[in-house]
Amino acid sequence: MKTENQKAWFFVLPVLALVAFNALIPMMTVVNYSVQETFGDNVFFWQGLDWFQQILRSDRFHAALGRQFMFTFLILIIEVPLGIAIALSMPRKGFWVPVCLVLMALPMLIPWNVVGAMWNIFTLPDIGLLGYFLNHVLGISYDMTQDPVAAWVTIVTMDVWHWTSLVVLLSYAGLVSIPDAYYQAAKIDGASNWAVFRFIQLPKMKTVLTIAILLRFMDSFNIYTEPFVLTGGGPGNSTTLLSIDLVKIALGQFDLGPAAAMSLIYFAITLLVSWLFYTLMTKDDLN
Amino acid sequence: MAKITLSKLRHSYLSTPKSDSDYALKEIDLDWTDGGAYALLGPSGCGKSTLLNIISGLLVPSEGQILFDGNDVTALPPDQRNIAQVFQFPVIYDTMTVYDNLAFPLRNRGRDEATVHKRVMAIAEMLEVTEMLEQKAAGLSPDNKQKISMGRGLVREDVNVVMFDEPLTVIDPHLKWKLRSKLKELHQRVKATMIYVTHDQTEALTFADQVVVMQLGEVVQIGTPVELFERPAHTFVGHFIGSPGMNILPCELQHGAAVFAGQQIALEGPIRGAADGQTEIGIRPEFVSLADHGLPATVTKVSDIGRHTVVECEAGGCRINAVTEGAAPERGSAVHLAFRQDMTRLYVDGWLATAPANATGEQGAA
Repeated sequence: MKTENQKAWFFVLPVLALVAFNALIPMMTVVNYSVQETFGDNVFFWQGLDWFQQILRSDRFHAALGRQFMFTFLILIIEVPLGIAIALSMPRKGFWVPVCLVLMALPMLIPWNVVGAMWNIFTLPDIGLLGYFLNHVLGISYDMTQDPVAAWVTIVTMDVWHWTSLVVLLSYAGLVSIPDAYYQAAKIDGASNWAVFRFIQLPKMKTVLTIAILLRFMDSFNIYTEPFVLTGGGPGNSTTLLSIDLVKIALGQFDLGPAAAMSLIYFAITLLVSWLFYTLMTKDDLN
Repeated sequence: MAKITLSKLRHSYLSTPKSDSDYALKEIDLDWTDGGAYALLGPSGCGKSTLLNIISGLLVPSEGQILFDGNDVTALPPDQRNIAQVFQFPVIYDTMTVYDNLAFPLRNRGRDEATVHKRVMAIAEMLEVTEMLEQKAAGLSPDNKQKISMGRGLVREDVNVVMFDEPLTVIDPHLKWKLRSKLKELHQRVKATMIYVTHDQTEALTFADQVVVMQLGEVVQIGTPVELFERPAHTFVGHFIGSPGMNILPCELQHGAAVFAGQQIALEGPIRGAADGQTEIGIRPEFVSLADHGLPATVTKVSDIGRHTVVECEAGGCRINAVTEGAAPERGSAVHLAFRQDMTRLYVDGWLATAPANATGEQGAA
């Protein structure tokens, strides 16, 4: 008879320790702060769920959350169709494939803060290439440090520039995995280009697109560095996304309790939306 | 339904083919009659799929013409040729139901729903998939998926030709047989011209009335399964068809007679043309028997393949297979091999060079 032993757990221990140190313990500290009040000197007072109530009822949080959803919605609605369109028009074989792939990967290789700084300089009205061109050549008044609309256009454009490639590369991977026979059969069946897209390409891309949208949702929902470097959340509060607001509360005002409560709520929202989306998208595959 | 004519067809995947070897398909002239069942048989890379894609219009040939009922269709795209093709891997539209899959080619051509319904129901009944019509096609088993992709070809009432590109590759062995007989039955019911591409001789020989054997981009023989078996036009056909394949023995010609390992071997009939070149004797293992006298040989291996025994012998440095029934000699024993004369052929440079003795011809003893 086979004897059961529990030795396998020892193999999991190192990973468990690692995860504990870089995720669980920091997170428990946050939980700790979120239910207490401190005035320094390591003196804590029990606060219960007061901070959570305060955050959930605050207009400031609602506004930042609204901006956050707006931002994520805008970049998804642009990046996903654009990414698919670019992937569809990329060559499937030949010399230009690696060229296209490298060109596509380039923006993703640039660090976040550099992207922010690049676009900051790029859009300066008097010396930036784009800013100067818009203001002095086309005569369009454009200054993102003054105009909230311009600020929004800039952060959205910047994200599209930085991250559409991810959708492109994943969609492309899905596209090249479709055997030629599908296209040949569609041709013989007299299918239109739209039908080929709708019934062959889109279904075959579904899995990778799900991953792409999930990644883009999580990344954009947690975005911090790029808009912070670019606009600093301004003008006013117009581009203060959740993460920027969170850092302002935590490090600017040093309200550690409310900031901790807010990060937990923030985390819960990200988790919930990701889970909902993934469950809905994959529910067909299960049965 | 149509008669298909291939005229002086050649194809190269290179833009500027220089020598003969640059052609994936060497010059082909063929006539396929309306309603026939044909098979293209050959090893991987022999050009059979290239030929199929040229007929379906997925590939435009470098030279030559394809005619359907005398009309040149060489430049027409696949959807205007009215052909159907079933691929190696079942192609189905995952997100659609089985019904919608079958209806797809008709709806794309703008048929009204009443016609679509009638045709889909008829085809579904023919393929025995009626009870799965409402199911999502993605969940079907490979053999049912392949049936659906066949159905999409047959659902159009006016198809000129239905082509099968190794359609049973991904099907489980026990279902292969079922699907194969289904195909044969379908051919008898729909009366469409069908072309079946395969490297499996059993599939080709059971499906087709006429088999086209290809090698290295060339058609080596066209014939009925019986013709291919009894009178291979080329040693390649002898090899490729039959299990085990034909025995090919290098021989010398002396005064118009074939000599192998010092023994004169009686041929079926006179040798045609000037037999200068590499000469070989070809005889199927089925027509080699163990006898009291004849070609001396040593038994090297005996394999029982069920109804028969394959006795592998060695004579004159060559391996000779004999298919026998009943008690087989032991390994290492010395035997004599007799060749049935009317089945003993001579090949010059690979091509058949003997003609059968005329009807009144003498039947010499082997």
